[in-house]
Amino acid sequence: MSQSKVGAVLIVGAGIAGIQSALDLAESGYLVHLVEESSAIGGTMPMLDKTFPTNDCSMCILSPKLVECGRHLNIRIYTNSQVTKTEGEAGNFKITIKQKARFIDTEKCTGCGSCAAVCPVKVNDEFNQGIGKRKAVFKQYSQAFPNAYAIDEKNCLFQKHGQIKGKDVCKKCVEACQAGAIDHAMEDKEINIEVGSMILNPGFKVFDASKLDYYGYGKIKSVVTSLEFERLLSASGPFDGHLVRPFDQKEPQKIAWIQCVGSRNAKIDKNYCSGVCCMYAIKEAVIAKEHSHIPVDTTIFYMDMRTHGKDFEKYYESAKNQHGVKFVRSRIYEVTEATDGSGDSVIRYSTEDGKISTEQYDLVVLSVGIEPGDSSKELAKILDLKVNKFGFAELEPLSGVNTSREGIFAAGAFSGPRDIPETVMQASAAAGAVASLLSEERGTLVSEKEYPAEMQVAGDVIRTGVFICHCGVNIGSIVDVPAVVAYAQTLPTVVYATEKIYACSQDAQASIKAIISEQKLNRVVVSSCSPRTHEPLFQETLKEAGLNAHLFDMANIRDQCSWVHMKEPELATEKAKDLTKLAIIRASMQIPVQPIFMDMNHAALVIGGGVAGMTSALSLADQGYEVHLLEKAEVLGGVARRFSTGFRGEDMKAFVADLISNVNKHPKIKLHIGAEIKEVGGFLGSFTTTLVDGEQIEHGVAIITIGGQEYKPKEYFYGQDDRVKTQLELDEALVGHDSKVSAAQNFVFIQCVGSRCEENPYCSRACCTKSVKLALKVKAKNPEANVFILYRDMRTYGYFEEDYELARRSGVIFVRFSENDKPVVTKEGETLVVSVKDHVLDRPLEIEADVICLAAAIIAPEDGKKLSKWFKVPLNDEGFFLEAHMKLRPVDFSTDGVFMAGLAHSPKNTEEVIAQAKAAAGRAGVALSKEMVESAGLNAFVDKRKCTACGTCEAVCSAKAVSVDLVNRVAVVNDALCKGCGACASSCRCGAINLRGCTNEQIAAMLNSF
Amino acid sequence: MSMGECLVNTETKAFQPKIVAFLCNWCSYAGADLAGVGRFQYPATIRTIRVPCSGRINPLYILKAMANGADGVLISGCHPGDCHYMSGNYVARRKFALIDSLLKHVGLEEGRVSFSWVSAAEGVRFAEVVKGVTERVTALGPNKGVFKVEDGGGTND
Repeated sequence: MSQSKVGAVLIVGAGIAGIQSALDLAESGYLVHLVEESSAIGGTMPMLDKTFPTNDCSMCILSPKLVECGRHLNIRIYTNSQVTKTEGEAGNFKITIKQKARFIDTEKCTGCGSCAAVCPVKVNDEFNQGIGKRKAVFKQYSQAFPNAYAIDEKNCLFQKHGQIKGKDVCKKCVEACQAGAIDHAMEDKEINIEVGSMILNPGFKVFDASKLDYYGYGKIKSVVTSLEFERLLSASGPFDGHLVRPFDQKEPQKIAWIQCVGSRNAKIDKNYCSGVCCMYAIKEAVIAKEHSHIPVDTTIFYMDMRTHGKDFEKYYESAKNQHGVKFVRSRIYEVTEATDGSGDSVIRYSTEDGKISTEQYDLVVLSVGIEPGDSSKELAKILDLKVNKFGFAELEPLSGVNTSREGIFAAGAFSGPRDIPETVMQASAAAGAVASLLSEERGTLVSEKEYPAEMQVAGDVIRTGVFICHCGVNIGSIVDVPAVVAYAQTLPTVVYATEKIYACSQDAQASIKAIISEQKLNRVVVSSCSPRTHEPLFQETLKEAGLNAHLFDMANIRDQCSWVHMKEPELATEKAKDLTKLAIIRASMQIPVQPIFMDMNHAALVIGGGVAGMTSALSLADQGYEVHLLEKAEVLGGVARRFSTGFRGEDMKAFVADLISNVNKHPKIKLHIGAEIKEVGGFLGSFTTTLVDGEQIEHGVAIITIGGQEYKPKEYFYGQDDRVKTQLELDEALVGHDSKVSAAQNFVFIQCVGSRCEENPYCSRACCTKSVKLALKVKAKNPEANVFILYRDMRTYGYFEEDYELARRSGVIFVRFSENDKPVVTKEGETLVVSVKDHVLDRPLEIEADVICLAAAIIAPEDGKKLSKWFKVPLNDEGFFLEAHMKLRPVDFSTDGVFMAGLAHSPKNTEEVIAQAKAAAGRAGVALSKEMVESAGLNAFVDKRKCTACGTCEAVCSAKAVSVDLVNRVAVVNDALCKGCGACASSCRCGAINLRGCTNEQIAAMLNSF
Repeated sequence: MSMGECLVNTETKAFQPKIVAFLCNWCSYAGADLAGVGRFQYPATIRTIRVPCSGRINPLYILKAMANGADGVLISGCHPGDCHYMSGNYVARRKFALIDSLLKHVGLEEGRVSFSWVSAAEGVRFAEVVKGVTERVTALGPNKGVFKVEDGGGTND
């Protein structure tokens, strides 16, 4: 390895993975170079309408991250760029980037769109999957960063033709651009940078469905891909979220989804499961029903329903039972165009019993699979990385994120299909891995943002400036913006009011800053969209202008006004006026609030010494932080000590032994074996955990990795007959050469024992693959053995599909059963008989079993409740820990400074546990890298003169932040603990306690204005 | 101009109530945003005051809103169990149970003041809630002045 390392990182691909790793690394002291092939960051997520299983709007959860990433001082973004050459090794790489000319200066462009309005060239809009047109000068989507247009040189008339007869061709955009941002002479650039490490997340592309002509894609207009359907659903899509068929604008009433298009298909070398399509199809069906104002009939044609992620099974059940989505287990023969001239499609298919049917649909959606993008393949070639036979990057076994080259990490679909939370996990894990590699270089290349000194406003006459946003046409086409501006000008404290086309654009920030100084504003109000997404942006602008960030308020006249009163423009305008007035009142009474800084203890506590805990501990220790690793049992290793081989054939015994030895010898890790927690106190930066033996551990963050448990079956003679085993027990018996198992001839595996049932309404995710692996092991030892796997849906997602196929080819017999007709095990004398109804033959089947293997569920950890109480972190209904956000914060709790990984979060396989454990360490590392802990300071405060020390506030405070000082007889708020909910303020009998930013006086004044 | 004036114009238009909506930041305000994103239409009757948590809402605010001429009040927080601050919505629920009986006692018509739970994922539900509240308040007609402003704005607490 190179001696002098560089404290900078190259991240290739600016989708959600790239953005997440960039933010994690930039926040923890590394300079990030983020290279993106297209003209804007965001990747695939902005194209999606909603995300499963929460139905969150994809763009809305992403956009704050786009803004944060876009304006981060230590993230350098190169759009329209590609890595063309790399040299060097881990710690010190030299990179050459080629940046294609954009022909528009992103510094000058205001994103106003005048250029696109005059551009005469219309081309298919890739962002909308070719549905609808864009111009040759374009911006991918309205919230894109950089908020600047780009010229597509392949289609631009001037770029194509230059001059004809000495005259410039077209160049209309240049005339239209008032900012002077367009420069047709711009040339491609070569940029050379040095970095210590790389993270690759170039994303994926979807399967080209026209390659399988029996689906009719490209020939029949009413056959669309799932990504096209996302755009049809999306409010920002070609039909503004109005669900219509693209070719005749008819509202579809009957829609079908066909699963596994370009997945699970060995004939076209796509013998892997794309893992996400079952869920997105269900989501699209549910959203289609919600979206349309007419009843929509939805049917999903599938082979196995693979809803194996956290909370996915419940989503599937509710789609079936509450939303009435129909699910048909089937094989598709072909899709043809209806002969009645309706443009509809007809699906011919056979159901499980072999019956062939046809059915006509208004719209057929093909659930297209995930495959490596063209640039992914090229990147792997440039970097000389190992790829698998499908063209995805091959990761090192049990590493979660390591590519075949040291110092180069991967996240997201670069190494195989995965969903958003898995992608985000890998992104944080890769960031953690980089932080471990470059720990000595932390902070060497970053700069800190400097703000002008804050203006003192106390006692000054209040001068409020009001900015009313058109949001393009989003607000302006409904609300009479000039009328709202005129109204605002009449209100008390307002000295200036104006309108903005896009108040959030880069140029608007510059203009707001200038106006603050020209007009000597000391309060600012923006009437635009939601403060939940955009308040930080404007507050940053205030800070840059020398104003305290809290001398500000927003009125939400888009999401909560123009968008929801589209047919009542007059009433919407009145409402916009009132909302603006309320914001002006609140802002005018706002006083500067200073953030609160507290000391950061740079040690971490990791609770649970299984694979997850040890992985997190090692990663954090390598990042340079002191780690306390706590294990309740007398030995490290957790449940993994019972595994013989991993899912890719790894020697698990050796792997776990290695981990234990690395943990034991790491100078930064302090082990607490056989230790139990007595109590936990504190908060991010200063937790104190007391052990039962009285030892106190001081730590700044905590990672909960307490694992899960194997369900102990109550069914199928388990515990009564030793021929009935769980998967772990059979694995042990096979390794231990148990004579009963070696001599056995008939093996029956029963899936979903304790999963997908009323008691545990979730899928345990790993058991289908585990059974297939065990069945293959049995077959390898004794090819003559009869092996049956009784299943409900085979959920061998990702590359495990190959094992499933191998098992079928090896003669393992798969028999499906339904939840209502589970297999029955009886004992006739000493013989165990398994009865199951074969769905294909529709006949009962009886198997005399020598060994029965139960795929026992992975259930929630025993100590979940205790830890939930100690750290004030939530559990879900099944007892697993609940993350802050299912999609974008998969290892964080909403309680700052507490993270989770492994089975305690949800069932998963070892490889996934490792990725998540590294992710938790990555996220914990971001928190630990800070010198101080900062909070906004919008806390409760006490007027001592009014307080009677009654203790009501103390009783209602769930954060335990308020307590009554019995000596001085007054309530005291601990600013470090206060979360700012205000329950104390509303409960105080004497009005002594109040909340910064939301005082009684502010609310009263707002109500008085009615 | 007070807010009350601009909409209650019985001569030219049907009665359009004005309703104060207290929405918690983490669930209901987010749900209201989601209604916007989904373009779920609802009447333009509410005037939103964003609060961190439904537990922040002092029952006196309801009286103050009514005293200032609002035709109705809507309070919405996270579903029980979902509170961002663990238990703020339970604090709110206790308070509202009490104020509800007080409001009945002093003769305020049922339906003027509504409480609901809307999560950050329930855009449709938010729109439905506002529609429901608007219908109820419209049926009751303008604020009949059960609570009166004595001194031009009441107390500042």
